[in-house]
Amino acid sequence: MSSIMVSRIRQRQIAQLIASGKRLDGRGLTDYREIKIEPGIIEKAEGSAMAYIGRTRVLAGVKIETGEPFSDRPNEGALTVNSEFVPLASPEFEAGPPGEESIELARVVDRGIRESKAIELEKLCVVPGKKVFVVFVDVYVLNHDGNLIDTAALASLAALLNTKMFNYEVQDDEVKILPGFTQLPVVNYPISLTFAEIDGKLILDPGLDEEEVMDARFTVTFEKSGKVCAMQKSGRGTFTKDQILEATKMGQQKAEEVRRMVI
Amino acid sequence: MSQFAGKLIGENGIRIDGRKIDELRPIKLSVGVLSNADGSAYIEQGKNKILAAVYGPREVHPRHLALPDRALLRCRYHMAPFSVEERKSPAPSRRELELSKVIREALEPTIFLEQYPRTSIDLFVEVLQAHGGTRCAGVTVASLALADAGVPMRDLVVACASGKVGGKIVLDLNDIEDKEGEADVPVAFMPNLNAITLLQMDGLLTIEEFEKALEIAIEGCRRIYALQKETLKAKYVAIKEEVEEE
Repeated sequence: MSSIMVSRIRQRQIAQLIASGKRLDGRGLTDYREIKIEPGIIEKAEGSAMAYIGRTRVLAGVKIETGEPFSDRPNEGALTVNSEFVPLASPEFEAGPPGEESIELARVVDRGIRESKAIELEKLCVVPGKKVFVVFVDVYVLNHDGNLIDTAALASLAALLNTKMFNYEVQDDEVKILPGFTQLPVVNYPISLTFAEIDGKLILDPGLDEEEVMDARFTVTFEKSGKVCAMQKSGRGTFTKDQILEATKMGQQKAEEVRRMVI
Repeated sequence: MSQFAGKLIGENGIRIDGRKIDELRPIKLSVGVLSNADGSAYIEQGKNKILAAVYGPREVHPRHLALPDRALLRCRYHMAPFSVEERKSPAPSRRELELSKVIREALEPTIFLEQYPRTSIDLFVEVLQAHGGTRCAGVTVASLALADAGVPMRDLVVACASGKVGGKIVLDLNDIEDKEGEADVPVAFMPNLNAITLLQMDGLLTIEEFEKALEIAIEGCRRIYALQKETLKAKYVAIKEEVEEE
């Protein structure tokens, strides 16, 4: 908490800029930073991708294993999203069990993929009720410069799109691996957009300095037809209904622009 | 999902538990239910049964967590192992950790934390029985417990979910509607300040549907808000009567 005074001065500076429609790094209020995606950089993983938003950098890796289905979904494969705030990514991160920020991030990314039905999980059933494929998406935050959720969601989607499953056949309820690979059945493309509220104003894609002074954060995820599939308000501040609706309406268009960069 | 979609809302617009689409489940609220806590409250909303307790403002343990300019608000949302169909392990799940965070952030904006620097306010939400919408009922009951503890607040926080079930936008989803329905939108709100303090969503909604869902959730919050205020007043009326009898 040594930075309280600094952040108050900074908060005023950032808020004053935003009030006049500007930001510290020269962006407009609803401009995204530069997005870059590098798919397929980990050969040992079934799928992987590095996503950059500005200087924020997140690597996502996909592994596929067999496991048991959930009892209420006996004919579907399972999806698990985990995230790791790797200590090398920020002076604020510490090694150890995942904190609540990390758990929240993984659950918001999970919700976007799950609710948009991005993966055709019915195609990942091996033996109904007994054996299915489990898709593990592991999100690795490598450099934290703000807006981890959107970056992690992009990296995860890009990694899933890049995922190749080994061919197999089922013999006596056992999976026998055959030569060759097929693409993981990904049929939807959820895109998350995060807004920060600073002194009553909304800005898109907050950087780290903006996150440090923001009152609250709002993430909305759109699937490919423009429907909302996940939302998360976070942080100590509040939103009005109109702010939420404004962000959601503006986000729909932006999500489409971002989606074109991924696929 | 689809095998239920036809049955979740009948031809007459009545839901599986007999409610209309914009009807809340029956709600019972009480405050001051635990003698050790500085403040406590209990809610029954349909089959949900949830206790909340507040300890503090009090000394922070461990001390290094203390904040120099305000109180530290901590929240633990926890489900009893017997609260659900299949026994839930008592160890906190990832879901419970996330909900603890969003419930804390739903209540943080209302508390004058800056009046109690270097202290902690610890909030415990214990779900004894769960039947859909426990995070919202948890916020509603926790806010009453804070008021019961005399913690200075800007407003009561009240929460209610809406969602899409059987193609219709409905209020206050129960367990089955939550699991089998198309979308769930939990909202927490401070009616006097017109501020949303918790908002989540999962499922699929068009922007128009979301707008409607948000509107009816806020309307539901306003109705529960009236019950919250009644409950707090009733406690003091009861105390006044006791004193007068003596």
